[in-house]
Amino acid sequence: MHELSIAISLVEIAEEEAERLGGKVIAVHLKLGPMAGVVKDALLFSYEIACQETALEGSRLVIEDTPLIVFCPQCRTNRVLGSPQLLRCFECGTPTPEVVGGRELQMVAMEVEDAA
Amino acid sequence: MRHEPRLVEVRRNVLKQNDVLARELRERFREAGVFVVSLVSSPGSGKTMLLERTLTLLRERHSVAALVGDLATENDAARLARSEAPVRQITTGTTCHLEATMVERALEGWNLAELDILFIENVGNLVCPASYDLGESLRFVVLSVTEGEDKPLKYPTIFNSADVAMITKMDLAAATEFSWETAERNIQAVRPGMQMIGVSAKTGEGMPEYVAFLEAQLAEARAGAA
Repeated sequence: MHELSIAISLVEIAEEEAERLGGKVIAVHLKLGPMAGVVKDALLFSYEIACQETALEGSRLVIEDTPLIVFCPQCRTNRVLGSPQLLRCFECGTPTPEVVGGRELQMVAMEVEDAA
Repeated sequence: MRHEPRLVEVRRNVLKQNDVLARELRERFREAGVFVVSLVSSPGSGKTMLLERTLTLLRERHSVAALVGDLATENDAARLARSEAPVRQITTGTTCHLEATMVERALEGWNLAELDILFIENVGNLVCPASYDLGESLRFVVLSVTEGEDKPLKYPTIFNSADVAMITKMDLAAATEFSWETAERNIQAVRPGMQMIGVSAKTGEGMPEYVAFLEAQLAEARAGAA
């Protein structure tokens, strides 16, 4: 369960950004890929704990799931796959180790409320 | 009065600190000419036994060392020390995986330029280590025949993050009715093209081929760096 340490990193980054932006953080938006090695529910749970007694306390974590995308060398195009358990092109069946999307663990936006 | 919240685009990679440090370590290893191999697996897969035999076999011809990560106890380092290679334990406490910063700290005082191969044994865990680059050149995922052939399907992310699959405890393959073909199919499903090496550290089966593989990788890395 490394989601807590990831949540702590996330809160640290958000605090840094919040200081730069000014205002109160209402929400943090994160992109999470199926191959990031992070469990969404565990991260949501950990986020709340990591926020305690920080400037982020009470903020929401909004997670956007990103798709698993591989490049098919046969079709020469990207394919969106439903599961990391079978990395092969669903059109031609060629196995491909080339993962081009799905490892994201990236903060993408913050919702900030300015004081009057 | 309060304004409506504003949405601000902030693009930050959450594990950037680890990734940046891992890149620096990789560069340091390259400059020092040391080839770094990491091992990930579930607890009890035989990583430590494999590593002990590996160090013993390699130290006849090469300068080798190991870092070994564990939640608690220094038992593994004590076992590995029997190989007479330099070994350091990284006790992670409650952390279930190694991070680049732990590797950096553990290397303090070691002259990397004197080493040919450095092994990093991760904490026994098939989930968390997948997210952390340690600056290694090659990552082995270790799967023992007693664990069953479907481990790759259960933990596709870690298998995908590795470069080579080591199948250990091959001396028990018959007793556990382990099917190499099924394991291979599952490994190839989650990481197409991944090389598999079967060994028994106990009987020595497959160990010469495995050592030859490591030496070839070392030679290739040196030729590439030269």
